[in-house]
Amino acid sequence: MLQILRARFEQKYRTGKYPNVLPDMPNRYIGLPVLKNKNCPSDCFACMDICPVSAISKKEDGNISINLGKCIFCGKCAEVCQENIIEFTKEHRMSTSSKEDMMISSELQLKHAEAVGKQIRNIFKRSFKLRQVSAGGCNACEADTNVLGTVGFDLGQFGISFVASPRHADGLLVTGPVTKNMLPALKKTYDALPEPKIVIATGACAISGGLFAGSSETVNGVDNVIPVDYYIPGCPPHPLTILDGLLTVINRNNKQICN
Amino acid sequence: MKNNSGTTFDLKSPVRISDVSLMNSSDFKNWVASCFEAACHLSVFMPLQTNNNYTSLLAVFANNNSNKIRIAALQVEGKEFDSLTPEFPQFHIFERDIYERSGVKPLGHPWLKPVRFPTNSKFGDGEKNPIVGDIDFFRIDGYETHQVAVGPVHAGIIEPGHFRFQCHGEIVHHLEISLGYQHRGIEKTLIGKPNFVALKTIEVAAGDSTVAESYSYCKNIEQLSGAKVGESAEKLRIIALELERCANHIGDLGAMAGDVGYLPTMSYCGRIRGDFLNMTGLICGNRFGRGIVVPGGVGYSINSKIIDELLKRLEAGKKDFLSAVDLLWDSSSVLARFEDTGIVPTETAGKIGMVGVAARASGLEVDSRSTRHGDIYKNSSVFKPAMEKNGDVAARGIVRYNEVLNSIGMINDLLQSLDSGVQANPVTFTNISPDSISVSFAEGWRGEVCHIAVTDNNGNIADYRIIDPSVHNWFGLALALRGEKVSDFPICNKSFSLSYCGFDL
Repeated sequence: MLQILRARFEQKYRTGKYPNVLPDMPNRYIGLPVLKNKNCPSDCFACMDICPVSAISKKEDGNISINLGKCIFCGKCAEVCQENIIEFTKEHRMSTSSKEDMMISSELQLKHAEAVGKQIRNIFKRSFKLRQVSAGGCNACEADTNVLGTVGFDLGQFGISFVASPRHADGLLVTGPVTKNMLPALKKTYDALPEPKIVIATGACAISGGLFAGSSETVNGVDNVIPVDYYIPGCPPHPLTILDGLLTVINRNNKQICN
Repeated sequence: MKNNSGTTFDLKSPVRISDVSLMNSSDFKNWVASCFEAACHLSVFMPLQTNNNYTSLLAVFANNNSNKIRIAALQVEGKEFDSLTPEFPQFHIFERDIYERSGVKPLGHPWLKPVRFPTNSKFGDGEKNPIVGDIDFFRIDGYETHQVAVGPVHAGIIEPGHFRFQCHGEIVHHLEISLGYQHRGIEKTLIGKPNFVALKTIEVAAGDSTVAESYSYCKNIEQLSGAKVGESAEKLRIIALELERCANHIGDLGAMAGDVGYLPTMSYCGRIRGDFLNMTGLICGNRFGRGIVVPGGVGYSINSKIIDELLKRLEAGKKDFLSAVDLLWDSSSVLARFEDTGIVPTETAGKIGMVGVAARASGLEVDSRSTRHGDIYKNSSVFKPAMEKNGDVAARGIVRYNEVLNSIGMINDLLQSLDSGVQANPVTFTNISPDSISVSFAEGWRGEVCHIAVTDNNGNIADYRIIDPSVHNWFGLALALRGEKVSDFPICNKSFSLSYCGFDL
């Protein structure tokens, strides 16, 4: 007993103050990219050539745009760009309500998601229960979701938790590109959820198929199977990116925390 | 191909396909027996393709005591061969895989079933594509017997898989594990010219083992291209590998505590695991080590500032780890649940070819760090494989505990020796030897990760095989459950902590 108390003392109080205090991300963390308003040379395709997930395309005006739903945040495009057009910031908040909102260019910023409608939000704001389904996820998105339950993040303080049955859940957090072998199980889980069902696609695979886009064994993302309400980009998204996404749904992100 | 007594090599350079001994059924069987007698375990048994036909099956044995690899091929006549599983159980999963991939049938296999249920499965001679999970499970019938079916979707945040328990009352008489739900078709995407996309795909083969998987892939590319890795780059790769081991072992020790309802260790370990992931994040910005290992060296440079910060965090991490996990070994209620639960005896572990933590907990000294990881581990005064004998949940926990301490010692030593920092290398995938087979190993946190590359006459990858330690160990978990209660499943499962996607690919 004394040892347990001693350990409790030694382990200290470690819960972060998110979202009131935003933490410093590691120096090399690759977050939300911004594209500078410079002319992209028409004969240079270096960033497009290196991108392993074809997330970058050239627009009609010759400048590039990045699809964050595909991006795995390897940062190679910024390394090879001679004009320094692409810069990855340390901004971790990137969840959106649609795939279009993830297309960024020098003119178009990421359009961060908004909370669900007021009527639904009033039901969920103090108790938002999710069911997680991994449908071909590599266990990185899963791990960074799981970690939100630990003392460092303490997801429970926001009234959010992951439950064991879809019958108890208000929404579904799906990871992975959705393998053909998980297709029926994912559909059944969705069907078992009571209305209104909020579906959150987490990670590049779940949004677009990620590195498995085009594979004959997957269906290139969750919204090819069930309707998706929120998208959280990353490969995997940082735990705080996921937390921001979840808090956004119930309107408790940033400073707007209910006491 | 030659016809003699098998080829032995040491992973320094690839083997020419023409140098691999091609044997008939009885010679092959004798050769296999001689490999087992010489303290080897089966690392892979796979079909080899020539002119779109499967004409031979390649076996790779790894010696448990040296860096020697034995390799030979079994000639296939027609579309079948005599199963080796009845005599050598280590072949069971590989023979099932061969049938599913190539349609070459192992005659006399005692429990021939699909493995991953891919869309183009050759299982069942192409009559009907097997549906995932829709298989005849082994059944016991009788008064008060019943089945418990769990999955593919589980209660927590965990990957999908199906578990079928055959019970009499609370006692589990048999557990059958049916996977394949995570199958993404990774190996197919690696065929062709090795490139950056392939490297990134390997990194997510099993996202919790990114360093081990990418290390194995890069070793293969380096073997095939003759690229040399600098000493300090190799040290940084090993640091990343050991950080990955620490993070995952700490997470698992916490989860094992959680599964017996011991909350202090569970909640502390969840956070401490994050501290170790963040150390990896300090090196490459990504908590899972994406981009650290590249062919020819490392993708990130580190300087003395990062090294000092890592050393500082490592010391704090060790202190927190000891304070959190030592509680477990002092708690009689935890030990009462851990001890004598889920036993895999040494003999069984050896027969089914278990590797990694689970094998060492059962008293089998298999650790590719002692044999196939080069000089860093050999010259280390700290490294020592963690060994236990009992093969129960407690033993697997203690092996993890000792490995974390050992790894922290290794990382500390390696960081201290990197005073001038490490430079990043440019990534190259050129000069791949044609018509060759290369095999590489990494001791990931779960155990032996083995990759096999087969190249064609243009120096392109013709076939690539990823053998995650889970391939060897899932059957060990099934055996560990025999005679236990259904309620023992969570701790048994966590004590093995195997990969679903690493298996399903």
